[in-house]
Amino acid sequence: MPRNDPARDAPQADFAAALLDPDLPLPKGVVGPAGKSAQRRFAVYRNNVTVSLIDSLADIFPAVQRLVGPDFFRNMARVYLTEEPPASAVMFEYGSGFAAFLDRFEPVSKLPYLADVARLERAWLDVFHSTDVEPLSPEALGVIAPENLGDVRFTPHPAARIVRSRYAAVSIFSASREYRPLDRIRPLDPEDGLITRPDFEVQVRTLPPGAAQFFEALITGETLAGAATITVERHPGFDLPAAISAMLEAGVFSACSCSQAQTEQIT
Amino acid sequence: MSQKTLISASALAGAVAMAISGATFLASTDGASAATEKCYGVAMAGKNDCAAGPGTTCAGTSKVDYQGNAWKTVDAGTCTTMSVDGGRMGSLEPLDRDLPA
Repeated sequence: MPRNDPARDAPQADFAAALLDPDLPLPKGVVGPAGKSAQRRFAVYRNNVTVSLIDSLADIFPAVQRLVGPDFFRNMARVYLTEEPPASAVMFEYGSGFAAFLDRFEPVSKLPYLADVARLERAWLDVFHSTDVEPLSPEALGVIAPENLGDVRFTPHPAARIVRSRYAAVSIFSASREYRPLDRIRPLDPEDGLITRPDFEVQVRTLPPGAAQFFEALITGETLAGAATITVERHPGFDLPAAISAMLEAGVFSACSCSQAQTEQIT
Repeated sequence: MSQKTLISASALAGAVAMAISGATFLASTDGASAATEKCYGVAMAGKNDCAAGPGTTCAGTSKVDYQGNAWKTVDAGTCTTMSVDGGRMGSLEPLDRDLPA
Protein backbone atom coordinates (compact mmCIF):
# COMPACT_ATOMS: atom_id res chain seq x y z
CA MET A 1 0.00 0.00 0.00
CA PRO A 2 2.36 2.76 1.08
CA ARG A 3 4.80 1.92 -1.69
CA ASN A 4 2.27 2.70 -4.41
CA ASP A 5 1.76 6.05 -6.00
CA PRO A 6 -1.25 7.53 -4.18
CA ALA A 7 -2.37 9.66 -7.11
CA ARG A 8 -2.51 6.72 -9.48
CA ASP A 9 -3.93 4.35 -6.92
CA ALA A 10 -6.61 6.49 -5.31
CA PRO A 11 -8.99 3.53 -4.78
CA GLN A 12 -6.21 1.62 -3.01
CA ALA A 13 -5.37 4.65 -0.87
CA ASP A 14 -9.05 4.98 0.11
CA PHE A 15 -9.15 1.29 0.93
CA ALA A 16 -5.99 1.53 3.04
CA ALA A 17 -7.21 4.60 4.92
CA ALA A 18 -10.61 3.02 5.64
CA LEU A 19 -8.88 -0.07 6.99
CA LEU A 20 -7.41 1.93 9.86
CA ASP A 21 -10.24 4.42 10.46
CA PRO A 22 -13.73 3.05 11.13
CA ASP A 23 -15.23 6.53 10.70
CA LEU A 24 -14.33 6.68 7.02
CA PRO A 25 -16.95 5.58 4.48
CA LEU A 26 -16.88 2.10 2.99
CA PRO A 27 -14.39 2.15 0.12
CA LYS A 28 -15.87 2.13 -3.38
CA GLY A 29 -16.19 -1.29 -4.96
CA VAL A 30 -16.36 -3.25 -1.71
CA VAL A 31 -19.49 -5.29 -2.38
CA GLY A 32 -20.93 -8.69 -1.48
CA PRO A 33 -21.66 -11.48 -3.99
CA ALA A 34 -25.05 -9.96 -4.89
CA GLY A 35 -23.53 -6.55 -5.50
CA LYS A 36 -24.80 -5.01 -2.27
CA SER A 37 -22.53 -2.89 -0.13
CA ALA A 38 -20.51 -5.00 2.27
CA GLN A 39 -20.26 -2.80 5.36
CA ARG A 40 -20.18 -5.63 7.88
CA ARG A 41 -17.85 -7.80 5.82
CA PHE A 42 -15.42 -4.93 5.56
CA ALA A 43 -15.66 -4.37 9.33
CA VAL A 44 -14.61 -8.00 9.90
CA TYR A 45 -11.69 -7.57 7.55
CA ARG A 46 -10.67 -4.30 9.18
CA ASN A 47 -10.77 -5.95 12.59
CA ASN A 48 -8.58 -8.82 11.40
CA VAL A 49 -6.01 -6.43 9.98
CA THR A 50 -5.86 -4.46 13.22
CA VAL A 51 -5.62 -7.54 15.43
CA SER A 52 -2.89 -9.08 13.28
CA LEU A 53 -0.85 -5.88 13.40
CA ILE A 54 -1.22 -5.72 17.19
CA ASP A 55 -0.17 -9.37 17.39
CA SER A 56 2.87 -8.58 15.25
CA LEU A 57 3.91 -5.76 17.55
CA ALA A 58 3.44 -8.03 20.57
CA ASP A 59 5.72 -10.60 18.90
CA ILE A 60 8.39 -8.01 18.16
CA PHE A 61 8.20 -6.24 21.55
CA PRO A 62 7.52 -8.99 24.13
CA ALA A 63 9.52 -7.24 26.88
CA VAL A 64 7.61 -3.98 26.41
CA GLN A 65 4.35 -5.94 26.52
CA ARG A 66 5.36 -7.66 29.75
CA LEU A 67 6.37 -4.35 31.33
CA VAL A 68 3.05 -2.60 30.68
CA GLY A 69 0.76 -5.64 30.66
CA PRO A 70 -1.01 -7.17 27.64
CA ASP A 71 -4.23 -5.11 27.90
CA PHE A 72 -2.41 -1.80 28.05
CA PHE A 73 0.01 -2.92 25.34
CA ARG A 74 -2.74 -3.88 22.92
CA ASN A 75 -4.53 -0.55 23.33
CA MET A 76 -1.26 1.33 22.93
CA ALA A 77 -0.36 -0.72 19.85
CA ARG A 78 -3.74 0.16 18.33
CA VAL A 79 -2.92 3.87 18.68
CA TYR A 80 0.54 3.32 17.19
CA LEU A 81 -0.61 1.35 14.16
CA THR A 82 -3.06 4.04 13.12
CA GLU A 83 -0.25 6.60 13.32
CA GLU A 84 2.31 4.39 11.63
CA PRO A 85 0.96 1.50 9.57
CA PRO A 86 3.55 -0.94 8.19
CA ALA A 87 5.76 0.45 5.43
CA SER A 88 6.84 -3.02 4.33
CA ALA A 89 4.88 -6.15 3.50
CA VAL A 90 7.45 -8.07 5.56
CA MET A 91 5.90 -8.15 9.00
CA PHE A 92 9.12 -8.73 10.94
CA GLU A 93 10.30 -5.33 9.72
CA TYR A 94 7.37 -3.54 11.38
CA GLY A 95 7.77 -1.21 14.34
CA SER A 96 10.93 0.75 13.51
CA GLY A 97 9.19 3.89 14.79
CA PHE A 98 7.65 2.25 17.86
CA ALA A 99 10.41 3.41 20.25
CA ALA A 100 10.04 7.03 19.09
CA PHE A 101 6.28 6.67 19.53
CA LEU A 102 6.81 5.50 23.12
CA ASP A 103 9.00 8.55 23.76
CA ARG A 104 6.10 10.84 22.95
CA PHE A 105 3.16 8.68 24.13
CA GLU A 106 2.09 10.51 27.28
CA PRO A 107 0.50 7.56 29.15
CA VAL A 108 3.89 5.82 29.43
CA SER A 109 5.88 8.93 30.39
CA LYS A 110 6.30 7.44 33.89
CA LEU A 111 8.32 4.60 32.35
CA PRO A 112 11.11 6.62 30.72
CA TYR A 113 13.21 3.50 29.99
CA LEU A 114 10.42 1.87 27.97
CA ALA A 115 11.43 3.40 24.62
CA ASP A 116 15.01 2.16 25.01
CA VAL A 117 13.75 -1.32 25.83
CA ALA A 118 11.79 -1.12 22.57
CA ARG A 119 14.95 0.02 20.75
CA LEU A 120 16.76 -3.05 22.08
CA GLU A 121 13.93 -5.34 21.01
CA ARG A 122 13.78 -3.85 17.50
CA ALA A 123 17.59 -4.10 17.23
CA TRP A 124 17.40 -7.71 18.42
CA LEU A 125 15.12 -8.63 15.52
CA ASP A 126 17.15 -6.58 13.01
CA VAL A 127 20.25 -8.46 14.08
CA PHE A 128 18.42 -11.79 13.92
CA HIS A 129 17.49 -11.18 10.28
CA SER A 130 20.74 -9.54 9.15
CA THR A 131 23.04 -11.14 6.61
CA ASP A 132 25.25 -13.99 7.82
CA VAL A 133 28.86 -12.79 7.77
CA GLU A 134 31.97 -14.20 9.42
CA PRO A 135 33.10 -11.83 12.16
CA LEU A 136 36.63 -10.43 12.11
CA SER A 137 39.00 -13.06 13.50
CA PRO A 138 41.51 -12.13 16.20
CA GLU A 139 44.22 -13.52 13.91
CA ALA A 140 43.44 -10.89 11.25
CA LEU A 141 44.23 -8.21 13.81
CA GLY A 142 47.19 -10.16 15.17
CA VAL A 143 49.11 -10.21 11.90
CA ILE A 144 49.18 -6.42 11.61
CA ALA A 145 52.53 -4.91 12.46
CA PRO A 146 52.39 -2.94 15.75
CA GLU A 147 53.43 0.31 14.07
CA ASN A 148 50.47 0.04 11.65
CA LEU A 149 47.81 -0.76 14.23
CA GLY A 150 46.91 2.86 14.88
CA ASP A 151 45.79 3.37 11.29
CA VAL A 152 43.57 0.31 11.08
CA ARG A 153 39.94 0.92 10.14
CA PHE A 154 37.12 -1.59 10.52
CA THR A 155 34.14 -2.70 8.47
CA PRO A 156 31.00 -2.94 10.64
CA HIS A 157 29.35 -6.34 10.81
CA PRO A 158 25.81 -6.19 9.36
CA ALA A 159 24.42 -7.91 12.47
CA ALA A 160 25.72 -5.44 15.05
CA ARG A 161 23.73 -2.71 16.78
CA ILE A 162 24.49 -0.39 19.70
CA VAL A 163 21.72 1.05 21.86
CA ARG A 164 22.83 3.71 24.35
CA SER A 165 20.44 4.43 27.18
CA ARG A 166 20.24 6.94 30.00
CA TYR A 167 18.45 4.18 31.92
CA ALA A 168 19.15 0.58 32.86
CA ALA A 169 17.41 -0.50 29.66
CA VAL A 170 19.63 -3.52 29.01
CA SER A 171 19.05 -5.01 32.47
CA ILE A 172 15.33 -4.34 32.20
CA PHE A 173 15.20 -5.83 28.69
CA SER A 174 17.10 -8.96 29.72
CA ALA A 175 15.12 -9.51 32.91
CA SER A 176 11.83 -9.05 31.11
CA ARG A 177 12.78 -11.34 28.23
CA GLU A 178 13.97 -14.03 30.64
CA TYR A 179 10.97 -13.70 32.97
CA ARG A 180 13.19 -12.61 35.86
CA PRO A 181 12.06 -10.16 38.55
CA LEU A 182 13.00 -6.51 38.11
CA ASP A 183 13.40 -5.64 41.78
CA ARG A 184 17.20 -5.46 41.96
CA ILE A 185 17.51 -3.20 38.92
CA ARG A 186 18.11 0.50 39.47
CA PRO A 187 16.40 2.04 36.45
CA LEU A 188 18.34 5.32 36.57
CA ASP A 189 21.76 3.69 36.09
CA PRO A 190 22.74 4.40 32.45
CA GLU A 191 23.52 1.35 30.33
CA ASP A 192 24.80 0.85 26.80
CA GLY A 193 23.76 -2.30 25.02
CA LEU A 194 25.54 -4.20 22.25
CA ILE A 195 23.48 -6.58 20.13
CA THR A 196 25.34 -8.88 17.74
CA ARG A 197 24.98 -12.22 16.04
CA PRO A 198 28.43 -13.71 15.40
CA ASP A 199 26.90 -17.11 14.54
CA PHE A 200 23.24 -18.09 14.77
CA GLU A 201 22.42 -16.80 18.23
CA VAL A 202 21.68 -13.16 18.95
CA GLN A 203 23.83 -11.95 21.84
CA VAL A 204 23.11 -8.95 24.05
CA ARG A 205 25.85 -7.42 26.19
CA THR A 206 26.00 -4.51 28.59
CA LEU A 207 29.02 -2.44 27.60
CA PRO A 208 31.51 -0.97 30.09
CA PRO A 209 31.84 2.85 30.17
CA GLY A 210 33.25 4.26 26.94
CA ALA A 211 32.99 1.10 24.86
CA ALA A 212 29.87 2.27 23.03
CA GLN A 213 31.55 5.52 22.03
CA PHE A 214 34.69 3.62 20.98
CA PHE A 215 32.70 1.20 18.78
CA GLU A 216 30.58 3.98 17.30
CA ALA A 217 33.71 5.92 16.36
CA LEU A 218 35.15 2.82 14.67
CA ILE A 219 31.82 2.11 12.94
CA THR A 220 31.80 5.60 11.46
CA GLY A 221 35.26 4.97 9.99
CA GLU A 222 37.61 6.36 12.62
CA THR A 223 41.02 4.69 12.92
CA LEU A 224 41.86 2.51 15.91
CA ALA A 225 44.17 5.18 17.38
CA GLY A 226 41.67 7.94 16.63
CA ALA A 227 38.75 6.11 18.23
CA ALA A 228 40.84 5.20 21.28
CA THR A 229 41.97 8.81 21.69
CA ILE A 230 38.45 10.23 21.40
CA THR A 231 37.18 7.71 23.93
CA VAL A 232 39.95 8.20 26.50
CA GLU A 233 39.36 11.94 26.42
CA ARG A 234 35.72 11.40 27.45
CA HIS A 235 36.22 8.32 29.63
CA PRO A 236 39.61 8.45 31.38
CA GLY A 237 39.10 4.99 32.91
CA PHE A 238 38.34 3.41 29.53
CA ASP A 239 39.60 -0.19 29.38
CA LEU A 240 40.91 -0.49 25.81
CA PRO A 241 42.03 -4.14 25.89
CA ALA A 242 38.65 -5.21 27.30
CA ALA A 243 36.82 -3.26 24.60
CA ILE A 244 38.92 -4.75 21.78
CA SER A 245 38.43 -8.18 23.30
CA ALA A 246 34.66 -7.64 23.50
CA MET A 247 34.39 -6.43 19.91
CA LEU A 248 36.25 -9.50 18.65
CA GLU A 249 34.25 -11.87 20.81
CA ALA A 250 30.87 -10.29 20.01
CA GLY A 251 31.54 -9.81 16.30
CA VAL A 252 31.06 -6.04 15.97
CA PHE A 253 33.20 -5.94 12.84
CA SER A 254 33.64 -8.20 9.84
CA ALA A 255 36.95 -6.97 8.40
CA CYS A 256 39.78 -4.53 8.96
CA SER A 257 41.64 -2.40 6.47
CA CYS A 258 45.17 -3.60 7.09
CA SER A 259 44.74 -7.32 6.57
CA GLN A 260 46.18 -8.37 3.23
CA ALA A 261 42.88 -9.44 1.72
CA GLN A 262 41.01 -6.28 2.68
CA THR A 263 42.64 -3.33 0.99
CA GLU A 264 39.59 -1.38 -0.18
CA GLN A 265 39.60 1.01 2.75
CA ILE A 266 43.25 1.96 2.74
CA THR A 267 43.50 5.62 1.88
CA MET B 1 47.63 11.99 12.24
CA SER B 2 46.93 15.47 13.46
CA GLN B 3 45.20 14.35 16.66
CA LYS B 4 47.13 14.70 19.87
CA THR B 5 48.08 11.18 20.66
CA LEU B 6 46.89 10.21 24.09
CA ILE B 7 47.30 6.62 23.04
CA SER B 8 50.87 5.75 22.11
CA ALA B 9 51.57 3.17 19.44
CA SER B 10 53.08 0.84 21.98
CA ALA B 11 50.08 1.19 24.30
CA LEU B 12 47.84 0.36 21.36
CA ALA B 13 49.93 -2.64 20.39
CA GLY B 14 49.89 -3.83 23.98
CA ALA B 15 46.12 -3.45 24.19
CA VAL B 16 45.61 -5.40 20.97
CA ALA B 17 48.00 -8.12 22.11
CA MET B 18 46.17 -8.41 25.43
CA ALA B 19 42.83 -8.46 23.68
CA ILE B 20 43.90 -11.10 21.21
CA SER B 21 45.34 -13.40 23.83
CA GLY B 22 42.06 -13.01 25.72
CA ALA B 23 40.04 -13.37 22.54
CA THR B 24 41.90 -16.51 21.57
CA PHE B 25 40.90 -18.00 24.85
CA LEU B 26 37.29 -16.93 24.38
CA ALA B 27 37.32 -18.11 20.78
CA SER B 28 38.41 -21.54 21.90
CA THR B 29 35.51 -21.81 24.32
CA ASP B 30 33.29 -20.52 21.51
CA GLY B 31 34.77 -23.18 19.30
CA ALA B 32 33.73 -25.85 21.75
CA SER B 33 30.21 -24.54 22.08
CA ALA B 34 30.00 -23.93 18.34
CA ALA B 35 29.50 -27.68 18.06
CA THR B 36 25.79 -27.49 18.77
CA GLU B 37 22.62 -29.14 17.55
CA LYS B 38 18.97 -28.24 17.32
CA CYS B 39 17.09 -30.04 20.07
CA TYR B 40 13.32 -30.44 19.79
CA GLY B 41 10.89 -30.76 22.65
CA VAL B 42 13.00 -29.36 25.49
CA ALA B 43 12.33 -25.62 25.40
CA MET B 44 10.01 -23.92 27.88
CA ALA B 45 7.09 -21.96 26.41
CA GLY B 46 8.38 -18.84 24.71
CA LYS B 47 12.00 -19.87 25.14
CA ASN B 48 12.61 -21.73 21.89
CA ASP B 49 15.39 -20.47 19.66
CA CYS B 50 13.10 -19.95 16.71
CA ALA B 51 12.30 -16.31 17.37
CA ALA B 52 12.18 -14.83 13.92
CA GLY B 53 9.30 -12.47 14.63
CA PRO B 54 5.89 -12.08 13.00
CA GLY B 55 5.26 -13.14 9.44
CA THR B 56 7.75 -15.97 9.59
CA THR B 57 7.05 -19.67 9.78
CA CYS B 58 8.29 -19.72 13.34
CA ALA B 59 6.41 -16.60 14.32
CA GLY B 60 8.04 -15.65 17.58
CA THR B 61 7.72 -18.25 20.24
CA SER B 62 6.56 -21.66 21.28
CA LYS B 63 3.25 -21.64 23.15
CA VAL B 64 3.65 -24.54 25.59
CA ASP B 65 6.46 -26.03 27.65
CA TYR B 66 8.48 -28.73 25.86
CA GLN B 67 6.64 -28.06 22.60
CA GLY B 68 7.54 -30.91 20.27
CA ASN B 69 8.08 -28.87 17.13
CA ALA B 70 10.07 -26.08 18.81
CA TRP B 71 13.83 -26.35 19.16
CA LYS B 72 16.62 -24.97 21.26
CA THR B 73 20.33 -24.92 20.48
CA VAL B 74 22.21 -27.26 22.81
CA ASP B 75 25.75 -28.64 22.96
CA ALA B 76 26.31 -31.27 20.32
CA GLY B 77 25.66 -34.78 21.55
CA THR B 78 23.61 -33.76 24.57
CA CYS B 79 20.14 -33.46 23.02
CA THR B 80 18.93 -37.06 23.01
CA THR B 81 20.25 -37.64 26.50
CA MET B 82 18.30 -34.69 27.81
CA SER B 83 15.29 -35.60 29.92
CA VAL B 84 12.75 -33.00 30.95
CA ASP B 85 9.55 -33.15 33.03
CA GLY B 86 7.29 -36.18 32.78
CA GLY B 87 9.78 -38.60 31.24
CA ARG B 88 10.07 -36.55 28.04
CA MET B 89 13.32 -36.72 26.09
CA GLY B 90 14.91 -34.29 23.66
CA SER B 91 14.93 -35.21 19.98
CA LEU B 92 16.94 -34.20 16.92
CA GLU B 93 13.73 -34.41 14.85
CA PRO B 94 10.45 -32.52 15.45
CA LEU B 95 8.07 -34.43 17.73
CA ASP B 96 4.26 -34.84 17.66
CA ARG B 97 3.90 -34.38 21.42
CA ASP B 98 3.06 -31.20 23.33
CA LEU B 99 1.74 -29.23 20.40
CA PRO B 100 -0.31 -26.15 21.25
CA ALA B 101 -4.09 -26.62 20.94
